[in-house]
Amino acid sequence: MLRSLISQLRTLGTVLQHSFTRAETVEYPEQKPYLAPRYRGRIVLTRDPDGDERCVACNLCAVACPVDCIALQQGVREDGRWYPEFFRINFSRCIMCGMCEEACPTAAIQLTPDFEMCEYDRQSMVYEKEHLLIDGTGKYHDYNFYRVSGLKIFGKDKGEALNEEPPVDVKSLLP
Amino acid sequence: MPVIKVDGKDYEVAEGGNLLESCLGLGLDLPYFCWHPAMGSIGACRQCAVVQYQNEEDTRGRIVMACMTPVTDGAIFDLSGERASGFRQTVVESLMVDHPHDCPVCAEGGECHLQDMTVMTGHRDRHYRGTKKTYRNQYLGPLIHHEMNRCITCYRCTRFYRDYAGGTDLAALAAHDHVYFGRHREGTLESPFAGNLVEVCPTGVFTDKSLVHDYTRKWDLQSAPSVCTSCGVGCNTLPGERYGRLKRIHNRYNPAVNGYFLCDRGRFGGTHVNAESRIDFPAQRDSEGRFQALTDEACARALRDRLQGKRLAGIGSPRAGAEANLLLQRLVGAENYASGMADDEHALMQRALAHLVNSTAHNPSLREIESADAVLLLGEDLTHTAARTALALRQAVRNEAHRLAEELRLAPWQDAAIRNLAQDRRSPLHVVCAGSTDLDDIAAGHYRLVAADQARLASDIAAIIRGEARSDGAAARIAADLLAAERPLVLSGPGAGSAALLDGAAAIAEALVAAGKAAMLSFTAAECNSMGQALLCRDSHIALAALASTDAEVLIILENDLLRRLPMASVEALRARIPTWIGIDCLENDTLARCDLVLPAAAFTETEATYINQEGRAQRAFPTHPPAEARRPAWRWLLDLARAAGDRTLSGIGHFDDIGVTLAGEDPLLQGIASAAPDHSFRSRGLKIPRQPHRYSGRTAMRADVSVHEPRQTDDADSALAFSMEGSATTDRPGALLSYVWSPGWNSNQSLHKFQSEIGGALRGEGSGLRLLDSLAVAAATPAPLPEAFSRREQEWLLQARHHLFGSDELSRLGSGIEALTGRAAIYLHPEDASRLGLEAGDGAVIAGAALEVRLDPSQVPGSAGFSTGYPETLALRSGEWVNIDVASDWQRQPELIGSDRGAAS
Repeated sequence: MLRSLISQLRTLGTVLQHSFTRAETVEYPEQKPYLAPRYRGRIVLTRDPDGDERCVACNLCAVACPVDCIALQQGVREDGRWYPEFFRINFSRCIMCGMCEEACPTAAIQLTPDFEMCEYDRQSMVYEKEHLLIDGTGKYHDYNFYRVSGLKIFGKDKGEALNEEPPVDVKSLLP
Repeated sequence: MPVIKVDGKDYEVAEGGNLLESCLGLGLDLPYFCWHPAMGSIGACRQCAVVQYQNEEDTRGRIVMACMTPVTDGAIFDLSGERASGFRQTVVESLMVDHPHDCPVCAEGGECHLQDMTVMTGHRDRHYRGTKKTYRNQYLGPLIHHEMNRCITCYRCTRFYRDYAGGTDLAALAAHDHVYFGRHREGTLESPFAGNLVEVCPTGVFTDKSLVHDYTRKWDLQSAPSVCTSCGVGCNTLPGERYGRLKRIHNRYNPAVNGYFLCDRGRFGGTHVNAESRIDFPAQRDSEGRFQALTDEACARALRDRLQGKRLAGIGSPRAGAEANLLLQRLVGAENYASGMADDEHALMQRALAHLVNSTAHNPSLREIESADAVLLLGEDLTHTAARTALALRQAVRNEAHRLAEELRLAPWQDAAIRNLAQDRRSPLHVVCAGSTDLDDIAAGHYRLVAADQARLASDIAAIIRGEARSDGAAARIAADLLAAERPLVLSGPGAGSAALLDGAAAIAEALVAAGKAAMLSFTAAECNSMGQALLCRDSHIALAALASTDAEVLIILENDLLRRLPMASVEALRARIPTWIGIDCLENDTLARCDLVLPAAAFTETEATYINQEGRAQRAFPTHPPAEARRPAWRWLLDLARAAGDRTLSGIGHFDDIGVTLAGEDPLLQGIASAAPDHSFRSRGLKIPRQPHRYSGRTAMRADVSVHEPRQTDDADSALAFSMEGSATTDRPGALLSYVWSPGWNSNQSLHKFQSEIGGALRGEGSGLRLLDSLAVAAATPAPLPEAFSRREQEWLLQARHHLFGSDELSRLGSGIEALTGRAAIYLHPEDASRLGLEAGDGAVIAGAALEVRLDPSQVPGSAGFSTGYPETLALRSGEWVNIDVASDWQRQPELIGSDRGAAS
């Protein structure tokens, strides 16, 4: 009984004390808080050093997304590369957690510090691939998934990826 | 039962098994690659290593492969200790040395057994710094994609393809660590079961080509238990859907029917539901003959105008579900209802049904067919009419090997040892068919006869078995083999078009039973619900040919292209006779083009239906996804038609389940249909069963391009399944409601063992369809007269139907990839006959107005001509007719393919 009374009084005291401390909030947007350079905001889709889109439509971002706000469909280009026929993110659901960036095996998805995406119409928060794709490599300048992966594409034959031997001659009996 | 000790705990396990399957059956996770529940063990991959101790005092133990170790009473194993798991980790690491870095662009990713096993063993960091071995891929046809770099040389592919399915053109090639799994040169895989490589391969070497080009991960596929509609076997399937498109079909395990495998028609033919020619809206033909789409109200009005107070007739369909057919039969009256099969086929199916019900021989399931120790196949080219049954026969001929193994006390899972022991010794299979068949390679004898002679041979065999006749020819050899067996099987079907042949098959089975054998008798059925239609019309129906003489004013055609059933002249006569035609179907066809009102039906992946397979097993299929646009299940359209016609007897039906329950009455058939699967009120732990895996992605973005406001999930009031990821997805849900297989740590279809009560046995939730024929009574068939022996004519040829796995079935021929394999319709002639006609292979011949490509086949009986049945060009041809063959005058020979043509096809 006495213990709960003390607890109540201490709570009241703490609240009262906060009336005289400095406010942590700022008058946004007139006043802007300091944000770290790698603050997690809106995502972009980047390109590899050769200028082709990095996304291979593997669906890992979609499955990692805790609010399920990414949807895409894979397609195969004539040169053999997988690509997203559409890549849609519903930013009105996005919580900018960065799980998609972490899941992305090709460094295609990268988070930017931009979070200021207010709209009067929720529909405008739906971004398609055209809105997301940028003309650069983002944070990872040299990574090119198809240089590492064993999949053959136009301009990179079997055995030409990183750490690969030339294709086996299956007709040879030599040791 | 033996008791074994694993990790210090005692377990009671089944006798005669190996340690791997015992552990998996106990729910213990033990990684493996090369072992397969249907193919046994060979100990090739070294992944299932455990430590075995001699006795309690033994502290060192030795590493053994669990899949090659029999369980014996008192054996002591260490599964999770440092030594066993460390060994397994090194094995995976060595397998991963050359694995390409391509999971993101691999169609196996997310349901990859190699991924699962790598995670399960705990291997994470790569220590090897050397280079990776690479291979060139092969073109393996329009169905299968090859990516050899991913191979871990477990040999499962060749063991399935060659040893299990009898294929010859896929092999382990090259030497030492260059071993290569492929063909001797590029080309389409010949086996009709090649598609199973997609599921058999533990990683992504063989993948589904159409899926690779329109890919969705397993976790994003919405799927529901379905039944294959491509033939009468009734294999259980799991179609997967995303964005309204059918992406792929996987096998759904049913211990009594298809087990672990499907044929390629079933696996790849289903994508016809994505075809451009799907019908989306109801339409009415205007005065100029063009179809105009109708709104819902306009459609209801049009139906009322055309149906109220009119005399109705209906044509059902062997490819529509039992419920829709039943509703149509009740709506128009049984005396105005045609089964939808061609009249001769209908009579054959009625006869087959009468024999199956009245014979004292057992009517076997596919699993039981695999247990036959002598088989007589009469008049069916089984690989093309019921492919999965042909695969079962390939297992049946191995019973001799199993008998030999039993003598040496070899366990049945000792696959390599048993094959070595048996070599070419097989249980006898005798194939009687009009031409060569794909089972000839394992047949003890094959006899090429036209249908009339097949029937005469069958009747001779029966007489010999009964002891009424003697001979020393083929009939005596076959009879001797059947009498030497314990469980002989006689298998026939309507494929040859002969009633006397069915009688002969039944007589042989009957004689075998009289001789004290546990004989089995089975008939194939052409379509997924042919047997259902034979059952539904067992008391009364109207022949298609008799419809033109009724006084009906409206003809309702349910999912049926009449031009495949009737000659063109008869269809035209019927059209002239009955003023109003209403057609319900999913794809455009020539019958719908003749209708006044067209109603868009849901395809097999969009509707609930019960199909009755050749064995008389009723199996329920559920919609994988809700139908798009104005498409609706046929049974819903029929309820609308009934309402428009003012029929009150069907007005009490709201749910799909009500159809069977309301109309069943005392009829055991309808009661069986109604209880083929748990009804819509079934709940698992108080919840519905989800169609989507728990990690289904993109829910809040899939439809955001249309509207950012997410619609609520479509309700499914007609079944216990939900179009949702929420619900109860336990491993003991009923087999009929198994919407997908997944278990923690087991993302691939290998997780199936978690759903089984024993490896390769029944599902934990039970339910593999309901056999109907055991409880039915049907009048015995009057014997058909034995036909005259075949004698050739001078200028005429006897037509004999040839079935093609790819092409003879109406809908599966439109599946993606399959259209490239159907080829042209052909006429098959004996080379001597062809030279008499002045024809060579590849020339054109005209038969009854149809121009067909000539193929030479020495197995064709001289004086007869085989034709590709079911092709649009050959719909006018009927098996058993005598025809003239003329040389086609303006025939274009098929150009030979050159290398660069293939790029466009692949």
